[in-house]
Amino acid sequence: MSSVAIEAVNAPARVNVRALSVEVGPPHARLTTLQGLDVDIEPGQFVCVLGPSGCGKSTLLGAIAGHIAATEGTIAVDDETVDRPHPERGLVFQQHTLFPWKRVIDNVAFGLKMKGIGASERRRQATELLELVGLGGFGAHYPAQLSGGMQQRVEIARVLINRPRVLLMDEPFGALDAQTRRMMQTLLLDIWAKVRTTVVFVTHDIEEALFLADRILMLSTRPARVIADIPVPLTRPRRDESTLDPAFIDIKRQCLALLRDVA
Amino acid sequence: MAATFELHDRRESARRRAPLFAPSTQRRAWRAASLAACVALWQLAVHFRLSAGFITFANVPAPSDALPALWSLLHSPKLPMHLAASIWRVLAGFCTAAVVGVGLGLAIGRYRAVEDTVLPALEVLRPIPAVAWIPLAILMFPSSELSMMFITFIGALFPILLNTVHGVEAVDPRLVATARSLGTRPLALYTEVVLPGAAPAIFTGLAIGMGTAWFCLVTAEMIAGQYGIGYFTWESYTLQNYPDIVVGMALIGALGMGSSVLVKRLGVALTPWYRLQETRR
Repeated sequence: MSSVAIEAVNAPARVNVRALSVEVGPPHARLTTLQGLDVDIEPGQFVCVLGPSGCGKSTLLGAIAGHIAATEGTIAVDDETVDRPHPERGLVFQQHTLFPWKRVIDNVAFGLKMKGIGASERRRQATELLELVGLGGFGAHYPAQLSGGMQQRVEIARVLINRPRVLLMDEPFGALDAQTRRMMQTLLLDIWAKVRTTVVFVTHDIEEALFLADRILMLSTRPARVIADIPVPLTRPRRDESTLDPAFIDIKRQCLALLRDVA
Repeated sequence: MAATFELHDRRESARRRAPLFAPSTQRRAWRAASLAACVALWQLAVHFRLSAGFITFANVPAPSDALPALWSLLHSPKLPMHLAASIWRVLAGFCTAAVVGVGLGLAIGRYRAVEDTVLPALEVLRPIPAVAWIPLAILMFPSSELSMMFITFIGALFPILLNTVHGVEAVDPRLVATARSLGTRPLALYTEVVLPGAAPAIFTGLAIGMGTAWFCLVTAEMIAGQYGIGYFTWESYTLQNYPDIVVGMALIGALGMGSSVLVKRLGVALTPWYRLQETRR
């Protein structure tokens, strides 16, 4: 079923962040949220960014997306410097960023519309992606008619239709209840297994990071630096039992200690 | 938390009581009786030439005079002329105000440079009631027709403009960011995100603007017109056709309300998603 749209995905990208400093806020109250940050992410890697709240995790994501300008340093995606948003770097927020005035199918097809692709072709691809995220048959609904978890699936489908080479996710499941969240995490891993894009996933939930990631980057308090780079060598596909694996618990203990130290 | 729920519930029930569902027959009868009682009181006040010194009903036409007057006006060849004149002026003034107000509002709401350039002058003009423009408008426009349209335009412009600006500024910046990262260019950003996002506020402004447009038009017609419902009402006074005053007033009310309802209906039809979102919150 998930034929054309999914398999013709662009090659996953490599992300290189060099000496990145970002200052935000009005001129009289500049805040340095990131300072001298170096991060390298391999193509196809699933990286989770953990850190105390307000440390600049979202700023890092916004900078890679191209929404937030670097004050110093550079960000390169496959050696191409990031200076503006691009559909190949898809960004998913926590919630409520579907266009409420568009039906689900038109939300998903939005990226293709912006590329100037005809209505019937973009609806066909959008239908395919809705099936991929388990929402076939919901195309004619408005976002307000869907539950929070379903809305996040639409968000993911909408970003995937652009065949992103990097998928940037800013606590996408943060507003969901625990059960829905685990379901969405499993769904995301299933999709990622098919799509194989690079993923940078910001979360404050250690368990979520461990369940999803190949690698965890732990950031310090503001201005954020990388204080730990932890590989997560758990086997895939990961299921609920993975969270009981001794290795899982071991890394979790390590992360908890690190977070306690920085906070 | 409980308080919010309670508030929500109350709003919900208020909405349900409003025109969504037709009231029961009994309540409808009661409402009709209330209206009839008002008319009866009016008739009695005129009949007994009620006078309290500072107010008198001695010269007020009674409903029993107004109804025949309405009947004869409905058959008069002059009615279509008056109606056409008023409706045409309102349409011209209102549509111009809608185009200018929405256009400017979209630009002001999105770009600080436009806001700083255009808004100060508009802020100075805004508190001046449209009616106060009448003498100047007569001087500015050689055609009285144009001067009346101008008054209507001024009256409708500010509610439309301010609601549009407000609506544009209230568009969630994350929606704009999302659209941009999905590959939206500046022009498409307007048509795909800013305009639909601001649409509910724009329609509120249009409905209010339609009301003020009628209000301003009628005043302008009383002073500068030769046809039109406002002119008809004022002419009835000067010709001492007092029952026609009431007929004119009733027509003005009906036209103003009718056109506002039309605009609101149009808004609801064009933003079907908005009601869903509201009930969910």
